[in-house]
Amino acid sequence: MPGLIANANRVNDFVMKFANVNGTGSASANSLIMKAIFRMGVPVTGKNYFPSNIQGLPTWYEIRVTRDGYAARASQVDIMVAMNAETYSRDVRELCSGGYLIYDSTWPRSSLLQRGDITVIEVPLAKLVNENFDGVRNRILLKNVAYAGVIAALIDVDLEVISGLLRESYGKKPKLLDSNTKALRLGYDFVKENLKSPLALRVEHMDKTRGHIMIDGNTAAGLGCVYAGATVGAWYPITPSTSLMDAFKGFCERYRVDPQTGERNFAVLQAEDELAAVGMVLGASWNGARAFTPTSGPGISLMNEFVGLAYYAEVPCVIFDVQRVGPSTGMPTRTQQSDLLICAYASHGDTRHVLLFPANPEECFYMAVQAFDIAERLQTPVFVLSDLDIGMNDWMCPDLQWDDAYRPDRGKILSAEELAGLEKFYRYVDRDDDAITYRTLPGTSSKGAYFTRGSGHNQYGGYTEDSAEYQGVLDRLKRKFANAPKYLPKPAITAAGGNEVGIVSIGSCDGAIREALDVLRRQKIDVDYLRVKAFPFNSDVESFLKSHSTVFVVEQNRDAQLKSLLTLETSVEKSKLHSILSYSGFPMSAEPIVNGIRAKLAEAPRLTAVPRKS
Amino acid sequence: MSYINKPKVSHPSLPTNALGMTRRQYEGSMSTLCAGCGHDSVTASIIEACWGLALRPEQLVKLSGIGCSSKTTAYFVSGSHGFNSVHGRMPSIASGANAANRRLTYVGVSGDGDSLSIGIGQLVHAIRRNVNMLYLIENNGVYGLTKGQFSASADIGTKAKRGDVNSSPPIDPVLLALTLGATFVARSFSGDKAQLVPLIQAGMRHNGFALIDVLSPCVTFNDHEGSTKSYTFTREHYHAAVETDFVPRAQEIAVDYAAGESIPVSLHDGSRVILRKLDPAYDPTDRSAAYNYIETKLKHNEYVTGLIHIDETDSTEFHNLNRTAQAPLNSIPYEKLSPGRAALDKLMDRYR
Repeated sequence: MPGLIANANRVNDFVMKFANVNGTGSASANSLIMKAIFRMGVPVTGKNYFPSNIQGLPTWYEIRVTRDGYAARASQVDIMVAMNAETYSRDVRELCSGGYLIYDSTWPRSSLLQRGDITVIEVPLAKLVNENFDGVRNRILLKNVAYAGVIAALIDVDLEVISGLLRESYGKKPKLLDSNTKALRLGYDFVKENLKSPLALRVEHMDKTRGHIMIDGNTAAGLGCVYAGATVGAWYPITPSTSLMDAFKGFCERYRVDPQTGERNFAVLQAEDELAAVGMVLGASWNGARAFTPTSGPGISLMNEFVGLAYYAEVPCVIFDVQRVGPSTGMPTRTQQSDLLICAYASHGDTRHVLLFPANPEECFYMAVQAFDIAERLQTPVFVLSDLDIGMNDWMCPDLQWDDAYRPDRGKILSAEELAGLEKFYRYVDRDDDAITYRTLPGTSSKGAYFTRGSGHNQYGGYTEDSAEYQGVLDRLKRKFANAPKYLPKPAITAAGGNEVGIVSIGSCDGAIREALDVLRRQKIDVDYLRVKAFPFNSDVESFLKSHSTVFVVEQNRDAQLKSLLTLETSVEKSKLHSILSYSGFPMSAEPIVNGIRAKLAEAPRLTAVPRKS
Repeated sequence: MSYINKPKVSHPSLPTNALGMTRRQYEGSMSTLCAGCGHDSVTASIIEACWGLALRPEQLVKLSGIGCSSKTTAYFVSGSHGFNSVHGRMPSIASGANAANRRLTYVGVSGDGDSLSIGIGQLVHAIRRNVNMLYLIENNGVYGLTKGQFSASADIGTKAKRGDVNSSPPIDPVLLALTLGATFVARSFSGDKAQLVPLIQAGMRHNGFALIDVLSPCVTFNDHEGSTKSYTFTREHYHAAVETDFVPRAQEIAVDYAAGESIPVSLHDGSRVILRKLDPAYDPTDRSAAYNYIETKLKHNEYVTGLIHIDETDSTEFHNLNRTAQAPLNSIPYEKLSPGRAALDKLMDRYR
């Protein structure tokens, strides 16, 4: 056995990466370790880097143990659990100096030892498992649990916590509980008997996860749809949005089925494609149900035509875009924020749409509810732009809260009684002078009947080819959009006051930015931060841009789409904006932000980033 | 002028239906289609059918895509909500609308371009989903608004107005629907109101997807010699294999039907259709037999009309399969939809 190289003694602050083969059941072992650390009260994040594949291709899972509660991906790997022979060489390369490599030494790889600055830990996992269990599939699955046991011993995870998790999972299947517990002990005991443990990188009980949960954004958004009172969901399966509808359906089966009759207070329609999915949402919303569709980039491309109809005919519509890497099919299992522009201006003709930008699963839950209120209040499509990192990875979030006093804002819908009191009903007349007109639902009363059309129409809802009548409606739509920010979430601003340098960003960059701000602060660089939560932009965005002489726009795409939107939709001077971009497909880390800001400030020494106020 | 208002004149002696409404009250705005267009006759049959059923206008939902046929939803029952959507995508709007409120009567009007080319995917899947709606295809074999290109229903050898001869095989919506397992499939002719009105009524009352392919000649681009969708050709080659009588709920059957010649079918709402076979060899309740019969006749340039196939076992209707609540989903009070705070608090433990 090689002697363990001493590492800096880092408690509750390191990164482990698991290199696995897709489809071998490693995900449950990895989340077992993550959840055990979380239950020890230690903040943790889990990022899954998986292939677009069912079985066979390499897949990685990264667990960051972070006592400071950072949500971003870390930019270095301290412990590599190399369980995929195919990727050994790159996995070894990725490990930071002083790090630990754990591999299955049933088949020794002396070449791995060539890197002198790491510690290689050899565990004959396959041998241990094969000696103790039968069946090929069983052995493959239990080898994962065995390495979980190895890790538990090496980093000092409380074995009782892991056993508790196993009991919860397999409590009703004693045979499985027995085999999993045995496999866990195989790995754990091997380390205890043969190696020096724990490592310098280890976990200790803390109390920083109380009142928190580990949840992914798609689950949270699906739950939000249930709490929003959505009854119709339509979709076409597409990575990485699929689990949002799975979650909605699962929660509805739990909460929306009459126990006596078996009748369901919801309908989920699996459409033939995304064109049909969004058409179903329009049909259902037009008919008075709260309806939504989850999708990703390619689906958004297909939905464009209907989105234009919804905008022009003023039909509420909620679309979750769990963004992935484009263009085209791109990398379906990698993350990006590259659908901003297509969503903001989706469809031909003059169209502009409301966008919401959740930064984490917690916001996915609340913004899902808000999206329906906004869509019905403004009678327009609302896009919730999440991404694969938020949607499919487990994030530590405060417990989700609910106020039972909440009632949906259904917007301006006239009842039969209200219609009876009117002399005549016209669909697009601006009665309240707020650019939002009244709608009626089919089945209410023939007095409220109107004809919905995507062809030119006047304020009475009639077909028109008259320029003035057409423009009247189009100009009101522009006013409606201009008024929209008062119904939208305001930006989150972290500002010391007096700083000349600011960051503007959206969504899942948040974790990396917060961490970067801490790093910069330690280096005596103070930077303000505004996180946009919605489009069209609130006037606070305009003020922030105005009051900072240098603004870094941080986003996850190649073409600086947020920066484009800011230059198009605010009066900001373009030369003030500097992009920090990440479009590798991996979630953003703090490093490029720190480096980008430092490099720019070094270039222009006259800029002062520290507070000037005395 | 962009549209024409239709004067609402009614005479006190006009006959009224069970709701006390006249036929005029089921009309819509003035048609802007060409004089003599088959589609206007279909519109008239829809008005007659709705009046005859004493349908409350607000209980009807009119849906369409894009094209001459799709414009017609504005020309009937102005007291109903209408949704003129995008080209070929009406079935998805109908599916969503129907999911939100299963209680209303949904009528979709489409054309051969809207249904068989750009929208064939949505049509096929609405049939498969068995959405409870009546879907009318006003089939004239050409694109009218873009001036006379062949559509996917144009027959081999049919001549366009400018002389081109079509060589691509047609898609027959009736055979297509039968293949897909549609539970109500009919064919008719815009000029045969006596046949069409009861078919529309039965289609509206059928619990599931009801398709009626209506030959509806285009007087401007496809009514010349050499066209297989002209008025003359249609009158010569379209023949009923079965006649359909629609008997509303609670109405006694007054006519005597010869045993063996007639097949009574009870519909979901208690109304009935009586199918009178004109060809004894034909059985409209047997889908495979119906398919073979239609296909054989087509080979001889004979277009069979009437209620070609009906299956009133409605177990595959969308809401039946989904086990949707009987109350429309859009009317369920929020209190019944939200699990509430206590449930959320409890749920949080699953994520620790």
